[in-house]
Amino acid sequence: MTILSINKLYKSFGGLSAVMNFSFHMGRDELVGLIGPNGAGKTTVFNLITGVYKPDQGQIIFEGRDLVGMTPYNICAQGIARTFQNIRLFNELSVLDNVKIACHKDVQYSVLGALMRTPAFFKGEAKIEQDALKYLEVFKLDNKRDELAKNLPYGEQRRLEISRALATQPKLLILDEPAAGMNPQETNSLMQMIQMIRKEFGLAILLIEHDMSLVMGVCERIYVLDYGQIIAEGLPQEIRNNKQVIEAYLGEELN
Amino acid sequence: MQEFIQQLVNGLSLGAIYALIALGYTMVYGIIKLINFAHGDVMMVGAFVGFFSITLLGANIAVAMLLAMTACALLGIIIEKVAYRPLRNSTRIASLITAIGVSFLLEYLTIFFIGPNQKVFPATAFAVKAYDIAGLSILNKDVFVFVSAVALMLVLQYIIKYTKTGKAMRAVSLDMEAAVLMGISVDKTISMTFAIGSALAAAAGVMVGVYYGTINPLMGIIPGLKAFVAAVLGGIGIIPGAMVGGFVIGLLETIVSGYGNSLYRDAVSFGVLILILLIKPTGLFGKDTGEKV
Amino acid sequence: MLVVLFSLIQYGISTRMLSQYYQINLTSMCINIILAVSLSLINGFTGQLSLGHAGFMAVGAYAAVIMTTKLDYPFLAALVGAALAAGMAGFVIGVPTLRLKGDYLAIATLALGEIIRVVLQNIDYVNGPAGISGIPKLTTWAWLFGGVVLTLIVVVNLVNSSYGRAIISVREDEIAAELMGINTTKYKVLAFVIGAGFAGLAGALYGHYFYIIKPETFNFMKSFDILVMVVLGGLGSTTGAVIAAIFITILTAALQPFPEIRMILYALILIIVMIYRPQGLMGNKEFSRQTLGRIWGGRK
Repeated sequence: MTILSINKLYKSFGGLSAVMNFSFHMGRDELVGLIGPNGAGKTTVFNLITGVYKPDQGQIIFEGRDLVGMTPYNICAQGIARTFQNIRLFNELSVLDNVKIACHKDVQYSVLGALMRTPAFFKGEAKIEQDALKYLEVFKLDNKRDELAKNLPYGEQRRLEISRALATQPKLLILDEPAAGMNPQETNSLMQMIQMIRKEFGLAILLIEHDMSLVMGVCERIYVLDYGQIIAEGLPQEIRNNKQVIEAYLGEELN
Repeated sequence: MQEFIQQLVNGLSLGAIYALIALGYTMVYGIIKLINFAHGDVMMVGAFVGFFSITLLGANIAVAMLLAMTACALLGIIIEKVAYRPLRNSTRIASLITAIGVSFLLEYLTIFFIGPNQKVFPATAFAVKAYDIAGLSILNKDVFVFVSAVALMLVLQYIIKYTKTGKAMRAVSLDMEAAVLMGISVDKTISMTFAIGSALAAAAGVMVGVYYGTINPLMGIIPGLKAFVAAVLGGIGIIPGAMVGGFVIGLLETIVSGYGNSLYRDAVSFGVLILILLIKPTGLFGKDTGEKV
Repeated sequence: MLVVLFSLIQYGISTRMLSQYYQINLTSMCINIILAVSLSLINGFTGQLSLGHAGFMAVGAYAAVIMTTKLDYPFLAALVGAALAAGMAGFVIGVPTLRLKGDYLAIATLALGEIIRVVLQNIDYVNGPAGISGIPKLTTWAWLFGGVVLTLIVVVNLVNSSYGRAIISVREDEIAAELMGINTTKYKVLAFVIGAGFAGLAGALYGHYFYIIKPETFNFMKSFDILVMVVLGGLGSTTGAVIAAIFITILTAALQPFPEIRMILYALILIIVMIYRPQGLMGNKEFSRQTLGRIWGGRK
């Protein structure tokens, strides 16, 4: 069952074509990877899907609805969440609050309720606290709930970002270079975490990654982007041996 | 028709003054993305330096202007070093708030030391003559203001295009990190930008003194704001834009106060600002560079 | 505790123990607290630099004064009307301008604050630049106290809720907030409207204590004064805003005979705070029961 299908997406900035004729599809439970050399346009594709940019042409159909033109927060409500290449946490807020914000879109009381401290407010706050803690526990961050996000070590910041994204209860989770800056052990834990997320939460995952061990290790299907266009698509084994892909990554080892 | 052309002439002089001030705003914004709130007040200081040069030192108008420009160039460099440089890596809002502080500081220090009352620019400094050309009364001070302003703008263009400093300024405003890697002293370049911008504002200040006859410590606020609008109109950070913007605002204002309601004269600039910000914040000549996500 | 504070001062006023001088300063203090706390909601918690707060104060002041002097409404109605009018102005101004970022937003709000002033100067119904005088002194300690308490309750309760977290997330990282499902425009406008509304309330209280209101009273200088309070107190701390408002009121009173020195001092405060301690006095911490407990009881 296709969850996301993109048809002939185009996006240029000024005179520069960032994404051209990008077509893509993935299923409800799939784990798909989007790889390509730096500057290929991968993050641009993510920004287009999540509504940060508006495509010049093309459609982005998610669960039957065209997302083009929707605001980012609406797209999030539809069920897509993401993490960022350069971590974007709410730095001056605590770990717990970061996740609580992800729970805000389903808040169970009104502004008036908050101002007047109604019973609905206390019930709603308790629920948010409960839900947020649940997500922190999955990622073993619950013991750091009151730490400021900016004070966490890098690896934990990445985990918090993923935890926060999951708290929006997405059907599709988009991860932008989750392994950036990680050593092989951390990358391994990340791989296990991604597998665990898939099983626990039953969602589709789309990721950008440069670390090939991660990509080959978890992705079921891979798309390769170069200069804004797809140059290859298929199973990890196929991609590994694809001449065009190897050329695009000239000099890089695909093992 | 005649009256319209007369208005145009007045508008051009006013526009020239705004353009000079606008250049300072735009250059500073182009290089460190800061709205130098205090710029209008630097103009005021320039006017006072010019005033005291004439009254205390008996200088003529040209020397007075030169002294004002030098003094304000120094003032600009000092302000940048003390108030803005420490915040270069801070948020833009922090710098903006500080700039507001500097602005008030300059105004009230001036009031404190020199008194709040306006000073009259001595008529002897610039004997006003009127020329009758094609039925229009063109005053020599119109000519003076316009010609000096254009001359200064040409000098600026030369500096930006053909000197090393100018190239450095362009480089730093395009990409500060790359400029550092190319061996450009960013600190010196930024100082130079402030110096030049402040000097131009000082010249404008002296011109205001000559043109309107009086100066006072709070004279920088409204013209400063209008010149800022001019800079935004032309595209903040774009030098030819500031020049064009200055003339447009000057002409607009003269026409509105000539034909329309002079009570709303100041509101015109505010209105233009709001319109630009809502319709095309990058200004007439600006390009939109989005934020990288 | 609040009851004690209220009664104490009420007693002082009724028995004339607190002289006129103290009463005037107390009034200014309360009005400044309302102004500073309302601005801190916009500038501090939402991170949107608004430089036209005095404009909202003006809208509220004029609305209330018109209601009491020309339309014969009771004071309570005038206060509500003032807050609503200012809140509406906040909405009308906020929706188009809150699309702008950072310094552009700041300048736009400055310009709009000035436009409000210029427009008021040109309306004959309110006597243009001369303003409205002879306003009945309807503001009493009770109203001031009530105003301050209401402002604090609303702002504190809002900030300490999911909506407050949403507002703060806009300040921290607007794009991330959007992508986590927060309608950032809605929350910016919400904070703006609430902040504006309370500024209007402050304006109404001001007008009915100090006999006259003129457009000149609500100029950029006034917005600057409020900004100094918020920056000094800490952009993101209600407690800080209150403390700074009290401090600045006292300073203003002390420097009454030296207006230039006062302005020079405020300018220096702004510059020095931004360079050396940009988080202000309180940073984004508040005096919570926990903090007080820690200071007094050594509890963790």
